[in-house]
Amino acid sequence: MAKVKPRVKVPKTAEVDEVIEIKTLISHPMHSGRAVDGDGNLVPRQIINSFRVSFNGTEVMSVDLKPSVSANPFFTFPYKVTESGTFDFVWVEDGGKEYTKSKKISVG
Amino acid sequence: MQTHVLKMISRRQALAYLSASGASMALSGVALAGPEEVAARINDITGGAAGDDTLIMLDLPEIAENGNAVKVAFDIDSPMTAENHVKAVHILADGNPEPDVATFNFSPAMGACYASTRMRLSKTQNVHVIAAFSDGSFGSASATVKVTIGGCGG
Repeated sequence: MAKVKPRVKVPKTAEVDEVIEIKTLISHPMHSGRAVDGDGNLVPRQIINSFRVSFNGTEVMSVDLKPSVSANPFFTFPYKVTESGTFDFVWVEDGGKEYTKSKKISVG
Repeated sequence: MQTHVLKMISRRQALAYLSASGASMALSGVALAGPEEVAARINDITGGAAGDDTLIMLDLPEIAENGNAVKVAFDIDSPMTAENHVKAVHILADGNPEPDVATFNFSPAMGACYASTRMRLSKTQNVHVIAAFSDGSFGSASATVKVTIGGCGG
């Protein structure tokens, strides 16, 4: 399988109480379990089924993904920063394998 | 002459094989969710409550050339305080093999409520977005997306 690579865009600095925008992308084929390969065999389902974001250890948002989400799942969402800290992003694949990425932000 | 006859037969066989496999694909491959199943799923989420259809700004293309990646974005006007925030947003599609596309779980810490992602649409269909608010009420929005090339891999 192609290499699964998570990417995240978070501003490096922000003002207190500023609502920042976070963009995330993970390169993943999201095999829905319905497509066939070149030999006519079904490609077994293998998707990212869960995506979680936490800030300084507290979960702030999560997404449950189904096979209808496109390959290379991409999300944008806001977050209101009140203090400096670290975002932790976790993508969970079918079978329980996790891909993680962390980003620091300094506020004030 | 002999080879010519053989060729004719093999071509017929190939055609017969092709049409047979096409028929079997049509039978086995496409069991779509359909509007009824999506309506039942929405009923599951809301418990039968009617959603306010003025609260969600839904950003969907009218025509999607490629059903493999259709951008879907929503923006919900909410103060996102502990007392009044959006708890979850469900994205559902009524022409895909299963009704659910994605469920977003939000917290007041986000300060605003919007998000975007990309989804697969197998054909022209309706997309529904259901938002669950912290006070137990619901918001809904839906739109039809025309899909030129389906995105279910089959």
